[in-house]
Amino acid sequence: MSAVARTTTPTPAEAAREALDRAALERAWSTPPGLLGWISSANHKEVAKRYIATAFGFFALGGVLAALMRLQLAHPESRLFGPDLYNQMFTMHGSTMMFLFAVPVMEAIGLYVVPLMIGTRNVAFPRMNNFGYWIYLAGGLMVWTAFVLNIGPDTGWFAYVPLSGPGFSPGKRVDVWSQLITFTEIAALVAAVEIVVTTLKMRCPGMSLNRMPLFVWAMLITAFMVIFAMPAIMVASGMLAMDRLVDTHFFNPAEGGDALLWQHLFWFFGHPEVYIIFIPATGFVSTIISTFSRRRIFGYPAMVLALIATGFLGFSLWVHHMFATGLPQLGESFFTAASMMIAIPSGIQVFCWLATLRGGRVVVRAPLLFALGFIALFVLGGLTGVMLAAVPLDLQVHDTYFVVAHFHYVLIGGAIFPLFGAVLFWLPKITGRMPSERLGRWSFWVTFVGFNLTFFPMHLLGLGGMPRRVYTYATNAGWATGNAVASAGAVVLTIGVLLLVTNIVWTLRHGAPAGNDPWGAETLEWATTSPPPAYNFVYLPTVDSQAPLWSTHERVIVTGMRTHVREVLVTEPIDATPDHRHPLDGASIWPFLTAVAATIGIVTALFTPWGVTLGSLLVLVTLTGWFWPRGAPEHELAEDSG
Amino acid sequence: MSRPALDVSALPTIVYGPRATLWWGILGLIAIEGTALAITGVAYLYLRQNFVAWPPEGTPLPALGAATAELAVLVASVIPMAAVDWLARRAQRRLVAIGLGVMVVIGLVSLGLRALQFAGALGCRWDTNAYGSIVWLLLGMHAAHVLASTFENALLMVVLLFRPVERKDFVDAHANAFYWYFIAGIWVPVYALVYLAPRWL
Repeated sequence: MSAVARTTTPTPAEAAREALDRAALERAWSTPPGLLGWISSANHKEVAKRYIATAFGFFALGGVLAALMRLQLAHPESRLFGPDLYNQMFTMHGSTMMFLFAVPVMEAIGLYVVPLMIGTRNVAFPRMNNFGYWIYLAGGLMVWTAFVLNIGPDTGWFAYVPLSGPGFSPGKRVDVWSQLITFTEIAALVAAVEIVVTTLKMRCPGMSLNRMPLFVWAMLITAFMVIFAMPAIMVASGMLAMDRLVDTHFFNPAEGGDALLWQHLFWFFGHPEVYIIFIPATGFVSTIISTFSRRRIFGYPAMVLALIATGFLGFSLWVHHMFATGLPQLGESFFTAASMMIAIPSGIQVFCWLATLRGGRVVVRAPLLFALGFIALFVLGGLTGVMLAAVPLDLQVHDTYFVVAHFHYVLIGGAIFPLFGAVLFWLPKITGRMPSERLGRWSFWVTFVGFNLTFFPMHLLGLGGMPRRVYTYATNAGWATGNAVASAGAVVLTIGVLLLVTNIVWTLRHGAPAGNDPWGAETLEWATTSPPPAYNFVYLPTVDSQAPLWSTHERVIVTGMRTHVREVLVTEPIDATPDHRHPLDGASIWPFLTAVAATIGIVTALFTPWGVTLGSLLVLVTLTGWFWPRGAPEHELAEDSG
Repeated sequence: MSRPALDVSALPTIVYGPRATLWWGILGLIAIEGTALAITGVAYLYLRQNFVAWPPEGTPLPALGAATAELAVLVASVIPMAAVDWLARRAQRRLVAIGLGVMVVIGLVSLGLRALQFAGALGCRWDTNAYGSIVWLLLGMHAAHVLASTFENALLMVVLLFRPVERKDFVDAHANAFYWYFIAGIWVPVYALVYLAPRWL
C-alpha cells in the first residue's frame, strides 16, 4: 500500500452510513439494564473491570494481613497474635496474593486490553468469560468467610503434606484451601482459553503474528502456561481433598503413598505460576517503555523468542524448590543448570528494554517510572534467584527470610511495579480521564523507597538465620533491628500504595478528559474512544505494521460486518487473513447460575463427597439452561433438511 | 475520496474444523484434560516406586474382561461419531439426531462397563492402598469425561428433535465429535497403564 494521508475525511454519504452503523452497533452490543443485566454481562470490558476491581480488593485484604504481620514482627517476643492465628495469616496472605490477586489481575487486564489491542469486538467466548469471573469471586468469598470464622487455611500457601494431611490437620481448614484451588483453577483456565482463542483467531486483518504487540505475545504465552501448569495443582489438590475426605492414600507413606509426590505436583504448577505472573508484567513494561521512548521496542524478534524460552524453561525448574529434600545429585545439578539458564532470556529482555530507552526520545511519566523501578528491582531479585539456584547456598538459606526477600523482589518488583505502571497507563483508556502525574510520581517514589526498606533487610535477616513463618523471635536472636526497619518500611510502602489508590479515585472524580490517545501510544486500543464503546470499534481496523498508530499509512477499515447483531471477524491464526464472520452470544443469566450451582457443589464437598454429585447434577441443569434458549437474532435458523 | 475499505460481507458465518473458534475452545479443553490425565499417569508411575510388587501383595491383578470390552466399544464408537460429524456438516438434522442417540447408548454402555470395573474387576478399593487410590482416580477421571460428553450428546439430540434448529447447532455436533475422539483415544493409554502395565512392570 502506498503512503497516503493518514485520515481520509469520510464523504457525506460515508459519514451518514457511519452514524447509522454506530446506532445499530450500540443497540446490538449494549448490556441489558438493571441488576440482572449487570450480572449477565457478556461485554469483555465490563467483566474485566469487575475482575480487576475484585482482584485489587483481595490485594487490599492480603496487604492488610501483611501489614499486621509486620506489626507483630516489629519487635521481639510480641504477643499481639498467637501462633495459630499467625499461621492462618501468612497462609491467607500467600494464597490470597497468588491465587486471588496476582494471577487473576494479570489475566483480567489481558481480558480488557487484548481484544482492543488486536482490533476485535469481544473475547471468543463471552459467556464463559462471565462464568469465570463469578467462579473466581465465589472462591475468594468462600476462603475469606472461612478465615473470618477461624477456619482459614493454616499450612502455608503450598500446603505441604504430611502437615496438611488428615493426620496433622484435622478440621476443615485445609479443605477450604484445597477447594479455593478448585475455584481459582477453573477461573484461571477459562480465562486462559479465552485469551488463546481470542488471540489466535480474532486478530484484525493484517496483524500477522510478527506484527502482534508484545503485550499480546506475553498474554498468549502466559495463557499457554496456565493451560499446562494448572492441571498439576488441579490433580494435586484433588488428591489432597480425597486423602482427607474419602481416605485415599496418595500422600500417606504407611500405605505406599508419597509426601514428595505432593511437592513435585505442587511445584510443577508452582514454578510456572511465577512466570504466569511475571510474563504479563514484561508485556506491561514493553508497552510502557516503547510508548514513552517514542520508538518501537528494540529487538522485537529477540523479545518474542525470550518470552517463549521463558515459557518453556519455566516448566523445567520446579525441583529447585525441593533441593532440601535429599534428591539425587544428578537431578539437583540438572535443575541448578536449568534455573540459571532462565537468566539468559530474562537478561535479553532487560538489555532490549535498555536499548529501547537508549535509542528513544524518552518522556518520563509516572508509568515509565514504575517500569524503570521494575528493571532495577527485578535485576536484584533475579540475582538472588541465581544465587538460590546453587544447591549449597540454597541449603544454607532454605526456609529463611532470604527466600522471602528474594521472591518479594521478584513478585513485587517484577510484577506489582509494572502492574501499577500499567494501571496508570491504561486508566485513561478505561475511565476516559487522565490520572494525576504528580500523585503518580509521589506514589512511585514512596512505594519504591518503602518496598526496599521493607524487603532489603530481609536478605540480611535470612543470612542471619531467621526462619520464615515464625510468629515471633527471641530478644537475643539479633534480628530486632532488621525487623524494626522492615516494619517501618511497611508503613512507607502502605502509604505509597494508598497514594496510588488516591490517584485512581481522584482520576475518576476530577481527571481531565483523556481523548483517544493521550500518551501518543502505538497500539490499536488507542485508536478508539476512551472509554471504548461496547463494540470497541465502529469499523474493525486493519494494520500493516507493528505500530499501527505510528504508521503514516492510512488504516484500511473493515466493512460488510452485520451491525444489527453481534458479530466478530475471525481470521487465520498465523497471517490474520479474514476467514469468516462469527455470530457471538450476548448477555445471559445462565453463566452466573452455573457458577452458583458449581459453588454449591464445591462448598458442600468440604463436608461430604456427595457434594461432587450434587454439584454435577446442579451444573447439568444450569448447562441445559445455558444451551437451551433459542431465537437470538445472531443465529440463523437451519433449513430443515432432515 | 472515499475511505479505503476491506469488504468482508461475502465471508461465510458457519465453518467447521480449525477454522471455527469453537474447535479451538475444544482443543483448549483437550489440552487441559489431557495434561491432567498425563500428570495422573506420571503419579501412577511415581507411586509404583514405593512398592515391591505392583499391584501390591494381597491385591489381585486387574481383570481384563470389562475393560477390554470397553476398549473395543470406545475404539469402535469413533465410527458412528465420525458419521455424526459428516452428517452435521451437511445439516442432516434427523440423521444427526439419530447418530447422537446411538452415541448416547454407546456412552451408557461404556459407563456400565466402567461400573463393572469399579465393582469388581479392579479387585481393590480406593482406600485399600496407594495403588488402589491411583487406579480409581485414573478410571474415575476418564469416566467423568465419558459422562459429561454423553450428557452433551443427549442434550443436543433433544434440541435437534424438538426445537427450532439453528445452523450453529451443527457446529456444536461437530465439536462434540471432536471431543469424543479425544475421550475414546485417551482410553487406549489409560487402559494400557491401568490394565497392561501391572503385567509388565
